[in-house]
This record gives sequence, structure tokens and C-alpha cells, in this order.
Amino acid sequence: METGVCWAIRLGTYLVLLAAACIFLTIGIKGSQTVFTSKWPFVNTEFFTEKPSTLYVFEWKGQKLEMNDDRFRAFKAANKTEDIQAESYAHSAGGILPCIVGTVLLVAGSMSIALFLGVSSAIYLSEYSRPSVVLRLIRLAIMNLAGVPSIVFGLFGAALFVYYFKWNVSLLAGWFTLAFMVLPVVITSSEEALKSVPQGFREGALALGATKWQTIRTNVLPYAIPGILTSSILGIARVAGETAPILFTAAYVVRDNYPWEVSKWTDFFFQPVQALPYHIYVVSSKIPQNAYTERMQYGTAFVFLAIVLAISLGSVLLRLRLRSKLKW
Amino acid sequence: MATPSQAVSQTAVEVEHLDFLYGDFKALHDVNLHIPPHKVTAFIGPSGCGKSTLLRCFNRMNDLVPEARIGKGAIRIHGTDINGANVDPIELRKRVGMVFQKSNPFPKSIYENVIYGLRIQGRAKRAELDEVVERSLRQAALWDEVKDRLQESGLSLSGGQQQRLCIARAIAVEPEIILMDEPCSALDPIATSKVEELIFELKKHFTIVIVTHNMQQAGRCSDLTAFFYLGRLIEIDRTEKIFTNPSQKQTEDYITGRFG
Repeated sequence: METGVCWAIRLGTYLVLLAAACIFLTIGIKGSQTVFTSKWPFVNTEFFTEKPSTLYVFEWKGQKLEMNDDRFRAFKAANKTEDIQAESYAHSAGGILPCIVGTVLLVAGSMSIALFLGVSSAIYLSEYSRPSVVLRLIRLAIMNLAGVPSIVFGLFGAALFVYYFKWNVSLLAGWFTLAFMVLPVVITSSEEALKSVPQGFREGALALGATKWQTIRTNVLPYAIPGILTSSILGIARVAGETAPILFTAAYVVRDNYPWEVSKWTDFFFQPVQALPYHIYVVSSKIPQNAYTERMQYGTAFVFLAIVLAISLGSVLLRLRLRSKLKW
Repeated sequence: MATPSQAVSQTAVEVEHLDFLYGDFKALHDVNLHIPPHKVTAFIGPSGCGKSTLLRCFNRMNDLVPEARIGKGAIRIHGTDINGANVDPIELRKRVGMVFQKSNPFPKSIYENVIYGLRIQGRAKRAELDEVVERSLRQAALWDEVKDRLQESGLSLSGGQQQRLCIARAIAVEPEIILMDEPCSALDPIATSKVEELIFELKKHFTIVIVTHNMQQAGRCSDLTAFFYLGRLIEIDRTEKIFTNPSQKQTEDYITGRFG
């Protein structure tokens, strides 16, 4: 009986590992075919530095050639023919640089907003507020916010930021939508981090004549930062990966300009962006599927996973470094 | 009910008909006492008798407890009612310092620990801070032990050293009164005796009120002793008289160990 149960539990764990391995290995193997090349510089630079464009596949003098839009036009001009029979595949050539840039911008902006609002709320809830009915309602609201589906956040963001505030589909709308989505996680883990700072630090500082805010700023908040950064690790992974919130609020299928190519600096915040998870969605479902789109899908997924893992690793290392400096 | 056998001409802290409540629970009943300046006054009594509550009233640390309030009466420090409308508790705490039962050095360097009280007042001149650090650590009998490692963390010290660091931190802001809430209860006998010697030196510059469970400590360190029981002040008198010939029977029962 004992060994039976033990084996059943083990089997469950192995299944989980198997599923994870399948996912990571499939993306890893298929994606690396797009991302890495066999010649120097061993990385498909076109993939990382260009915008998505249409792929043209055709026969020329007995050879099968594949080219993206710009090169195809140049090729036709160079060979002085307008008439080449080519099959075109949307989004199957070029690269995903705008998507990477868009995702990075979305993460940076929304995490900044979420950390600012979330840490302020956590400080209020754990240091300033007194137990009351209102406080319990606030906590209930935050808990429920954590359970709201991300598509509902997308609709909320669209209704409020895109239409009511008239920001249109823009970085700003995406930032605030994503920030509100990740806010409950930031608030609860920041509160935990603040509560874990010993009460003796607060009493000691107050007994020396510090005001409440001085105590928090100099003797509580600095020691809660490792815990707060931990919550941001989870937040970054979620924010980078969610498609639904940015579906109606920030993401465009394709844009001609890069985010930094704006005429006025204020335009920067009101422009839509391409994003990695959205690009995967577009390449996987909005256009006809074939071997060429599959390349882009897995390549994008590979890069996406790599970026999220890199961010998580960076945050963990940062937290370890801070923890060793601020031990008590 | 309780009278000192010799009148005191000057009073550092005067408590007058004080009732103190936590919600509905009355922690202190009609307490009257005078604490003389530049002497050590000890509060003794069994657990839960209100001595720590009274101590924390002197620097208004009970303000941090939501249900705590004064029922009636007043506490005056150098004549001023400390719960009056125009008294700022922040300023009060700069004049009335506190050392806690469990030493709480901050996870900063020894130097930063000592000058924390000055930094929050905005004093930042390096020369002034250096001088204060040396003076405070000397007065706390810690200078020789740490003068070469001021940048090390305050937490790297032993228990007794940490408590002396907290004392140095409290005296760096130059208060008039130092409140000590069972400062030696977490220390070994050698560290305890060092702190007691320190208290003897400190009373030259400060008024000290110490809460202690340890009657021998009260007997050794203090000039005046106040005995509390169930929220009432039973007796306050010179220490020798309390411990050899107390006026109240309850005091005698406690001193001889019949309860508590």
C-alpha cells in the first residue's frame, strides 16, 4: 500500500516533468532552428534586427530562393524583371525586433506603475491603516482583483483608457492595464515584506524622535526591498506574457515605425506597439499556416522564453545580492 | 497612600492621579509619584502590574497602541503636561529616550546606529557626528571595544554589547530622561553587571527610570524604588528603606518572595 501510494505520487511528479520537458524541448529544438545558424555569428541576425515582412518563395534559374519583401523588390529591380511567379507568405520573413522592443517597453512601463502604486498601497495598508470595516473591504477588493481573468482586464482597459480617456490603442493604455492586472500580486507580497521587518526597528526609531514617515523611509522600507523585488519577478513574467490585456489596448499587428521614430516626444506614449506574445498569436492563428509560419512561431516563442528567463534570473541575482547586504 | 519619606525639592517627572486604560481594561489606578532628577528610580512588581505601561507613558510610546488612553490625571515633565494639546510627541521623545528589553540595534553600521537620532534631525556635519559617536560610545562604556570597527554592522556585536550600543544610541541625542524597560533581562550576569555600572555613571548626566523584575538589580542600582501591584502604586521610597523596612505589608511580601 505504502509503496503503491509512493509510486503514484512519483508518477504524478514525473508527468509534470514530462510535460514541462516536452514544452521546453519542442520550443527549444524548433525555435533554435530559426534563431541559431551554423555559420558565424551563429545567431540569425536578421531575425533579431528586422521587422516582420512577407516571405516570397520562387524558382530562379533552377534554384529555390526565399526572400523577404525588400530584397525581393531589389532582386526584381536588379534582374530587370517584374514578372516572377512567387508564393508569398505573410509574416514569414524578416525578424521580430519591433516585438522585442514593444514587450520590453510594456514591461518597463507597467512594472514601474505597478511598483509605485503597489508599494504605496502596501505601506498604507501595513503601516498607517487601522482595523475597520473599510479596511476589510479594501483587502477583499484586492483579493478579488487577483482572480479577475486577464481578458476582463483587457476590456476594462479598452473601455477606460482607450475610449473614455481617448488615449486610443497606445503604450500608455497598455501600461496602466497591465499594471492594474499585476497590482494584487505586488501589493500582497510587498505587505508581506513590510510585515517581516521586525517591530523593534520601528519602535527604536520612534523612541529616538523619528516621525512615522522617517521611520518607514529610513528604517523599514530599505529592509523590505528584497521581498518587494521578489514580487516583481513574478510580476514581470506575467506582464511580459499576457496577451489578453494588450489585445485591445496596446498591440498592433504590424507597424511601420519603430517606437523611437516619433515626431513629437509626447507621441511616444500614445503610439501602439508590437509585442511578442501577440506576435505569436498573429503568426499562429490570424494567417494561414504552413512550414514557413511555423518557423516564425517557434523562433518567436524561443526568444520570448529566453527573455522572460533572463529577466527572472536577473531579478533573482539582484535579490540575492541585496539580501546578503541587508541581513539581520 | 504612598509617600516618600523625604521631600524632593525638584521633580523631573510628576504623575498625578493617573488612570490608564487599554480599551476597557484599567491598567493603572490613581497613580501619584514624583521622580527626582539625576537619580535612578526603579519600578518593581510582579508581571502585569503596570510598571512597563507607566514607563511607556513617559515618552508617549503608548500612543502607538490604538486602544490605549488616559482615563484621568496627568503626567508632567519639568512642569509641562506631556499630553497637552501643544506638546509634540516627536519632540518629547527627543528629550525622553528609551532602551528596550530586547536590544534592537538597526542593521546598519555601529556608527550609523549611534547617530541615527541625529540624522533624522538633519544634522549631517561629519566632524560633529564623529564627536558625538565617540562621546556616546565612551559614555556607554563601548568605545574601547568598537573604536576600530565602527563601520561593521551593529548586529555583529554580542548581546551585552548590542544593549550598550542601544544605550549609546539613546544618549547620543542628549535626552534629559532615559527610560529603561528591563534592559538586562536578556543578558548574562557579566553583561548585566557592565550595564549596571554604566547606569551608575549615567545618572550624573541623566535622570534614569528603570523597570526591572530583578530585585537584586533594583537594590544595587537604584536610589529610589517604587513597588507596583495590580496597577496601583503601593509604595515609593528610598531603596534602602524599601528593601530593609518597607511600610506596606504587600511590599514586604513581594520583597521576601511570598508572591510574584
